[in-house]
Order: sequence, then C-alpha cells, then structure tokens
Amino acid sequence: MVVLKAPFTEEKIRALKVGDMVEIEGLVFTGRDAVHKWLSEGNAPPKDEVDLKDSIIYHCGPVVMEKKGSAKGGGPKKKYVVTAAGPTTSTREEPYQAGIIERFGVKGVIGKGGMGEKTRQACQKFGCVYFHAVGGAAQVLAEAIKDVEGVYGLEKFGSPEAIWKLRVEKFPVVVTIDAHGNSLHKDIEATSGAALQGIYSELKK
Amino acid sequence: MKAAQQKKFFDSLVEVIRKTSTELPDDVVRAIDAGKAVESEGTSAKYAMGIITDNIGIAKKKSQPLCQDTGSVLFFIHYPAKGTDYDAMTKLIRKAVATATKKGYLRQNSVDSITGKNDGTNLGPGAPTIHAEPWKKDFFDIRLVLKGGGCENVGAQYSLPDSRVGAGRDLLGVKKCILDAVQQAQGKGCGPGVLGVTIGGDRATGYLNSKEQLLRKMDDKNPDPALAKLEAEVVEEANRLGIGPMGFGGKTTLLGTKVSALNRVPASYFVSVSYMCWAYRRQGAKISAKGEIVKWWY
Ligand code: SF4
Repeated sequence: MVVLKAPFTEEKIRALKVGDMVEIEGLVFTGRDAVHKWLSEGNAPPKDEVDLKDSIIYHCGPVVMEKKGSAKGGGPKKKYVVTAAGPTTSTREEPYQAGIIERFGVKGVIGKGGMGEKTRQACQKFGCVYFHAVGGAAQVLAEAIKDVEGVYGLEKFGSPEAIWKLRVEKFPVVVTIDAHGNSLHKDIEATSGAALQGIYSELKK
Repeated sequence: MKAAQQKKFFDSLVEVIRKTSTELPDDVVRAIDAGKAVESEGTSAKYAMGIITDNIGIAKKKSQPLCQDTGSVLFFIHYPAKGTDYDAMTKLIRKAVATATKKGYLRQNSVDSITGKNDGTNLGPGAPTIHAEPWKKDFFDIRLVLKGGGCENVGAQYSLPDSRVGAGRDLLGVKKCILDAVQQAQGKGCGPGVLGVTIGGDRATGYLNSKEQLLRKMDDKNPDPALAKLEAEVVEEANRLGIGPMGFGGKTTLLGTKVSALNRVPASYFVSVSYMCWAYRRQGAKISAKGEIVKWWY
C-alpha cells in the first residue's frame, strides 16, 4: 500500500507504477462531462478557487446534501455532506483529458473503466497517472471524503457536474496507467484477448 | 383494494425498493465472498474485492444505496387475476418509485431522451418498467431489479452466424459469443459480473428474457442439463481470461451465468447477453392481498 499525500508533485507521481494500491490524502476536484468540455473550450476556473496545477481530477458526480451550519460571524453558511461518491466511466472524457493534463499540469485522474491511448501518452509525457477507483463502491468512497471545501460552477453546470472540492483521506484506488507509458487496461485487453483465442481453439477440438 | 390496504401495499412497495437498493441478497453476497477468497493476498484484485465487501456492509448498515447509480428500475410482477385493479396497482408502483426517490433510496436517475431533462421523479415513459402478469394465486409476487448503466452498456446481442467471433448456429457458437461479450466488457461493467443469457427469441424478447434470468438465484440449477453444463463451463472459461475484478487482472471475472432458450423463427438465431455488475441488486417479496409483505424471496 502506497500513501500519496498532497502536494501531488511530479516526483511522487513518477514514483507510482501500474498495479500500485494507493490511498490518496489531500484535495481532489470532481469533474465530469460538462467541466471537461468547458475546460477544453479554452475556459479556466479562477485560480484562487480551483487551482488545477498539480491537482487530481475525479470523474465523479457526487450526491451532495446541503446542511445548514452556522458560520463564525453568526450568519448561515452552507455546509455540504457527500452521501454517495463513486466514480463514473472515464472514457467519455478521453477526447479532452490529454489536453487538460497538458494545459493545466494535472497530476492525477481518478475514474473507472480506464482510458485510452491519448491519455496514456499524455500521462507519460507530462507526468500524470490514472487511478482506478472501485466502481459501485459509493459508500466506501463517500466515507473517505472527510470534508467538502467548496464548489465551483454550481449554477453553470448543475450539482453532479460542478467542480466539488473534496478533502479525502485513505481514498482507495489502484494505478492502472502510470507516467512511464504503462497501461494495465492495454495489457489486460491483450492478455485476455490471447486467452480467449486459446480457449476458442480448445473448443474446436 | 380498500384505502387501508392500498396504503399498506404502497408502504410494502417502498420497502421492496429500499431493500433492493441498499442490500444485496444473501446468495449474491456468498458468491462475492467466494470470489474474494480465491484472489491472492496482496493483489489489486483482492484489494478491490475487499472494498466491495466493505461497501456492501456499510450500505446495509446505513440503509444507503450500494451504488450511486441506482439504475433502471425493472419490476417483474404477478398479481391476483381476481380482484386486482391493474391501473390502481401500477399507479401505486409509480408513486412508490417517486417516494423512494425522495427518500434517497433511488437517485434522480431518469432523463427525457429527447430534451435531456431530468425532472427528479424517476417517472416517465418506460420508467419504471413494469412487467406484470395476472395469475390464479391470491397474493402478489413483486420482484425488482435495479440495473446500472455501466453494466447495461456492455451487454451485447449476437446474430448467428457471426463471422467476427467465428460463431455458428450451435451451442459451441453460443458459448463463443458469451465469452466474447465478457472479453469485450473488460472491467467496464464493474465486474466481477453475472450474466443473464437467452438463446433465440426475437431481439426484444431475447433481451427481456436475458434480464429475467437475473431473477434466478446464483446457486440454482438449470433444469435443462445442456444449459446447466453451458452455464458452468462459461463461468470456468471466462475466469481463465484473467480480467479480474474491475479489470485489474485476477481470477474472478464472472460470478455466475444463467442461460435460457426461447423458440426462434428458422431465419433468426440470436444470443442476447445482459451483464450485471457486482452491485447485483435484486429483491422480491410475496405480498398478501391485504398489501402486507409476507416473505422475502431472496
Ligand atoms: S455498473 Fe453497477 S456498480 Fe458500476 S457504477 Fe453502474 S450500477 Fe454501479
């Protein structure tokens, strides 16, 4: 088990290898279809709110409940609680991801189902990794989210699509694309394809 | 049904939805535990299976959805032919879905396909999907499957002969198609998965019947010896592909396969494969004419 703590420096990212089981600790930003499209159209969130440099983007549309808490000044302050936060399918962001990794210096992407060739190359070139979370594990992952530090673009994108700033601890993932050109998805696709042909030829006998 | 009975029936329906969304049936949990046991210590496959079993426990304890994709809501129902007002029954089912959504047992998960609008109720054309048949018995059999989008997307239908797969119109060809579907799915359907397969039928009845196979218990035995053999072989062979949980690599690619056959017209030979993710949410209850849950089926 590797513990990856913020700040997510290129050095720490390059030390990770495909197959590593990792627990992430620090701030991650959610982002899915609307945000990826928007970023790819040349837009960027204000840096003081969402600094994507050396960041981790999580492909996730969390279920967030609003709780009224009180701020120190006495006025009502919005407090959010995440009740479910599993990964969504990453391939939908494949057309955008490589460009976003390059332009903003993103260091990690969390999702499920893996990503393609363009992302694999961008990870290698710019020092980024793809973390695979366990699909469907909404409750385990929600428990690893310790705090919601804010949200950007709630009006613009709507709740599941907005950029949620999540403080995570012991957030469990597996590295399936590393910064050295390796992709577990590519490997397993090849080995399982070969195994399938092997089984087919046995069946003929 | 009188008003008091309707209220009870409605409460029972909400409870069926809650239980389906938050707890996996025992037979599924046992299959998942068995899958976890065969993975080697220290592998990402074992790690993933551990997270899955933890998740099952937390969801049950907190009575929260196992997975945030609470899926397509698919009801399979038998109702007493005598004395059931069909329209009133389906109205109550729809109301129960809307209430379960408000209570958070279901995510706001149903979108108008043309406008993209989500009105937050989970109600609309085909949502929920209700397959209902009358029968002579005096109680309701209400079964529910919540079928997530990720796994539904990796389902596949083959029209035999299939030259890409090299599948002819026989059980060998059928098996090749099923294994091909598993290999194509890789980890994208949140494996380890369970397959419902139907040989024959037309395209629509084939897929529907393949979903109905998901109502069978993991440990049941197919009464047709040829299909029972096919089911066992498919699981054994698919688990040699090495795809593993989430596609991380490993021994547990499939937890089970259920196959059935429908008659077909001579010109057609379909193999329809429905892939169910590990979050195999199925439940069902015997509900009395008075609207009370008498027993759980799973
Ligand atoms: S495929 Fe199943 S486990 Fe995976 S996200 Fe969809 S519903 Fe959840």
